[in-house]
Amino acid sequence: MTEASASLRAEAEGLSAPLPALLAEAQHLAATVVLGEHGRRRAGMGADFWQYRAAQPGDDSRAIDWRRSGRADTAFVQDKEWQTAQTVMVWVDRGRSMAFASEPKHPTKAHRARVLALAAAILLVRGGERVGMGGASGLPPRRGTTMLTRLTEALAEDQGGEYVAPDTAGMPPRSRALFVSDFLGDPAPVEHAVAEAADRGIKGALLQVLDPQEEAFPFLGRTIFESMGGGMRHETLKAGELRIRYLERLAGRKARLRDLARATGWMFSTHHTSTPPATALLWLHAALERRA
Amino acid sequence: MWTLGPLGFTAPWLLLGLVVLPILWLILRAVPPAPIRRRFPGVALLLGLEDREAQADRTPWWLMLIRIVAVGAVILGFAGPILNPREDRGGSGPLLVLLDGTWADARDWSARMDRAEALLGEATRDGRTAAVVALTTPPEGAPVFNDGEVAAQGLPNLAPRPWLPSPEADADWAEALTSVEGGFDTVWLSDGLAREGREALLQALEDKGTVTVVQAPRQVVALKPATFEEGRIVLSATRTPTGPAAEVPVAAIGLDPAGAERQLATATLAFEAGAAEAQVELELPAELRNRVTRFELPGVRSAAAVSLTDDALRRREVGLVAGGAGEREQLDLLDPLHYLREALAPNADLVEGTLSDVILANPDVIVLADVAQLAEGEAEDLSEWVEGGGLLLRFAGPRLAASDLARTEEDPLLPVRLRAGGRSVGGAMSWGEPKALAPFTEDSPFFGLAIPEDVTVNAQVVAQPDPTLAERVIAQLTDGTPLVTRKALGEGQVVLFHVTANAEWSSLPLSGLFVSMLERLSVSSRAAPATAAELEGTTWVPESALDAYGELRQLDTQPGVPGERIAEGRAGPDLPPGLYSGEDRRIAVNAVDADMVLEPASWPESVILEGLDVVRELPLKGALLAFALALLLADVLASLALSGRLRGQQRVAKVAAVVLATMLWHPAPGQAQEAAQAPSTEAAPDPEADAFALAATEQVVLAHVVTGDREVDDLAEAGLLGLSNVLWARTAVEPAQPKGVDIETDELSFFPFLYWPVTADMAIPSRQAYEKLNRYLATGGMILFDTRDADMGGFGTATPEGERLQAIARGLDIPPLEPIPQDHVLTRTFYLLQEFPGRYNDPEIWVEASPPDAEQAEGMPFRDLNDGVTPVVVGGNDWAAAWAVDQTGMPLLPVGRGMAGEEQREYAMRFGVNLVMHVLTGNYKSDQVHVPALLERLGQ
Repeated sequence: MTEASASLRAEAEGLSAPLPALLAEAQHLAATVVLGEHGRRRAGMGADFWQYRAAQPGDDSRAIDWRRSGRADTAFVQDKEWQTAQTVMVWVDRGRSMAFASEPKHPTKAHRARVLALAAAILLVRGGERVGMGGASGLPPRRGTTMLTRLTEALAEDQGGEYVAPDTAGMPPRSRALFVSDFLGDPAPVEHAVAEAADRGIKGALLQVLDPQEEAFPFLGRTIFESMGGGMRHETLKAGELRIRYLERLAGRKARLRDLARATGWMFSTHHTSTPPATALLWLHAALERRA
Repeated sequence: MWTLGPLGFTAPWLLLGLVVLPILWLILRAVPPAPIRRRFPGVALLLGLEDREAQADRTPWWLMLIRIVAVGAVILGFAGPILNPREDRGGSGPLLVLLDGTWADARDWSARMDRAEALLGEATRDGRTAAVVALTTPPEGAPVFNDGEVAAQGLPNLAPRPWLPSPEADADWAEALTSVEGGFDTVWLSDGLAREGREALLQALEDKGTVTVVQAPRQVVALKPATFEEGRIVLSATRTPTGPAAEVPVAAIGLDPAGAERQLATATLAFEAGAAEAQVELELPAELRNRVTRFELPGVRSAAAVSLTDDALRRREVGLVAGGAGEREQLDLLDPLHYLREALAPNADLVEGTLSDVILANPDVIVLADVAQLAEGEAEDLSEWVEGGGLLLRFAGPRLAASDLARTEEDPLLPVRLRAGGRSVGGAMSWGEPKALAPFTEDSPFFGLAIPEDVTVNAQVVAQPDPTLAERVIAQLTDGTPLVTRKALGEGQVVLFHVTANAEWSSLPLSGLFVSMLERLSVSSRAAPATAAELEGTTWVPESALDAYGELRQLDTQPGVPGERIAEGRAGPDLPPGLYSGEDRRIAVNAVDADMVLEPASWPESVILEGLDVVRELPLKGALLAFALALLLADVLASLALSGRLRGQQRVAKVAAVVLATMLWHPAPGQAQEAAQAPSTEAAPDPEADAFALAATEQVVLAHVVTGDREVDDLAEAGLLGLSNVLWARTAVEPAQPKGVDIETDELSFFPFLYWPVTADMAIPSRQAYEKLNRYLATGGMILFDTRDADMGGFGTATPEGERLQAIARGLDIPPLEPIPQDHVLTRTFYLLQEFPGRYNDPEIWVEASPPDAEQAEGMPFRDLNDGVTPVVVGGNDWAAAWAVDQTGMPLLPVGRGMAGEEQREYAMRFGVNLVMHVLTGNYKSDQVHVPALLERLGQ
């Protein structure tokens, strides 16, 4: 093996190392939620009973309903009511501002956002939905577990730029969308993207992931604040003085996003990295399972 | 020095630095703290927010104040401030610091030393020469004036003495003062007691210059020697100055029976208002009184507060034993002990009872009146007691005369041999007159006692003539027959009165001579103090001495003091207070005589009187600098907090801890380390040991000793595994995975059973391991020693393993062994077995020998053997090899040949099962022995 290929291999391994972990974490998280329902009045993938039928070759032996089969000579399989697939497009902010964690015990916002998006995707895939990733470098919606692997890989990539706005390119009409970001950047592109999506009949959810420090602004004294990429800076002589005004602005930003969601029929929620992700996932699940 | 109220400054010009402070204020105020850089994604929300106050972030005023105060403290500190600077006394020329140095000084000696030091320091500063003199130990001739520092170096050598200076000594020294050329000033640190000769000395001092007297008004209490009146101890004390009513506790101190010094009794001396004397009577049981070594006023550090007691307080204890007492009703006057009681009771404490009781009381004297026969043990106890210093006083009588005691052989408890029957003179049936006493010879202890005319002897026991008889006689009759004989026995002595203790045989007990004789024999104590006449010409050696603080010290070799000096009394340099021992008694010399009167010293108006207290100079430099440092540290913390660099409670705590640790680093680091390590070594839980203990105790674990030979150890483990499997399958015992045990390091007590394969080259266990093994064997463990050689040596020779086993077993506490008997409980604890094969089948298995008295009862299948489990089983059948299985449960090694071999393996297994059962259930199978008896009782 040549030296170059060896280094490439090592790099690739290093790169792929977090992927299974991310996937596993997301799966672990997804396991806490029981699949939901939207029945299609025919046999198919679903949670609700539809009918018994004789088992055929190719049926999973786990699928055999032993209670029913016990009453007859042939094995029976329980058909579930088919629940139609939705298409859900996931978009996760992978800008530099997301790479922030105020304390080592908290994960970075980016990590939490990825875990949540992936967990939601797992739930959706398990529920028979098609999942894709929005954006220019996105993935067309597909179903099945291979999609999860691809999604994981795609999510692991970082994007440049301090703040990144959602991209609606490649989102099929009348699908559903999930935008996960801190929404701290310029709100105009976000509004634009959501409005455009709404025009195409896309409904969805906005999940704002914030670090507790961003929520509390616990700073005092003379401070120079820099954005994660160092592109923006703001100097103050008394950080403590700024606190109230900052919090006002943050509340304003949230209100703006909520108004946007209300106007377009989307859902909006804020999640903090200091809290367990399960509640956020539940919210996501409920938001995406809403019947159209 | 520049003073400002009670403050003085050594470098006052430095205070000018304080002017700089306002400037500093302005400078500090203008400089804002440096900014911190923070990464913060929310910065987008901040853009455009203006600071409302352009210069808001200045150093806050309180932080400035901290800094200014810190700088101010530094400036003040370096200016050398001193609180209460000492003012100059003035005066020039030499300075004499005079101390009394008596016991009355002892209580506040350190204050006196401080004062003297202060005076000398002052003299040094003023360039005066100085001298320090204690009147109790005045220097030879005139005082030598030296540089103040030199004089101060001599201060530690001065100590108070437990006596008062005599007027003669004062006068002599006053005389010596006149030879000093030129004048000098005197500061006299007085003890506050008036005494003769003080005026003359004061006069001599005043002739030379001004005299300042330093005297503290305070009360001095002196305890006078205890006296003994009518069985009670009388304690008295005197005080000065007389004042209001006061109560002073007194304690009697002595050795308790355990030999530790402790307070035996307490009393309270009540001084009435205006009275200088107080008295208290103390009644103590004789036993306790004899133990008292001194009286003292608790809490007063002075020789005058301690009064030593000597033999004068002590009453001797006399044990009285009469032969045949209680045999018949007796008139008091015929009681053999009546006259002794009368003679001894005033001066001694009497103990009566049987001889064994009396010896237990350990009296000084035991009197046996007409006791001939002593019980076996009593005679030995009595001789032991006499040899330890007791005085055995025996009286003759009909019983002694009739007995065969000391006829042919000298009895150790009788001074002479006795003739049979005694003799009777002057009776109705005999010739001659009753005999009178011959005058006492010079070497007799009775020498000098007058013999009353009317003392006659009618009957006596007669000594047999022996070579030693003459030297043992200390009193005889006019016809030369011995009346009192004595011999030394060990440190004590045995004295025999050849007559009775009552008036049956002689009129001696009726006379005053009897009492005097008893007194001379030290039977009764001398309550009176030694008279001058007695003391004349004697020499007394100090045993222990009292110092001025009232502490008693043992002395080793000190020159003796003539008795005349002691008779004179009044402690002094040539007669320090203490205990003096003479030939046969001890005399206490106390600092305070019985007739001492204490009066406060009065001084003429010409002297200047001062109090003893000195206001100490207190340099404040160090404190101020420390204060400044603390402020600067606080400033560091405050600055960090202000600039937001100190975030979160934990970090504040951490920084504070670091700061505190740096500040408190001062105590010796070695100690701190020790203190930190001590508990950790003590209570450190050892997780490894815990895990080991848990693994060994949660289930039954069979264990083998790790020999160091890998092959043997593996085989032993495999063998125990096989045995464990069999036990699991066939019995209620369900053992866990067997374990190897290192007898040097592992705890053995967790294992009920150890299999010890002996190898020829196994190391002998260490001492600790032996201790552990012995404890293991003694507390119910069992070891199966396996030499694995089928005892091939046999017939007196030994294999290497056998020799090794002997070497190992030498340090073990193993009971006698015997080849396993046919009815041993091992043969039936689970299986009925008669042989115990392993890989070999050698019948020689050794177990603890059954007791020699174990017998097979009629009709019983087994002997009624001992309780308990044999601690060791010794054999050489290589059991582990027969038991050993691999992980799949298949036997590892072949045993024997074919099916016969497998049968032998089965028996080996059964032996193992029996053995483990024996270990776990003890000898309960032995109880089968009782089955026939039980059946019979049940009527079946």
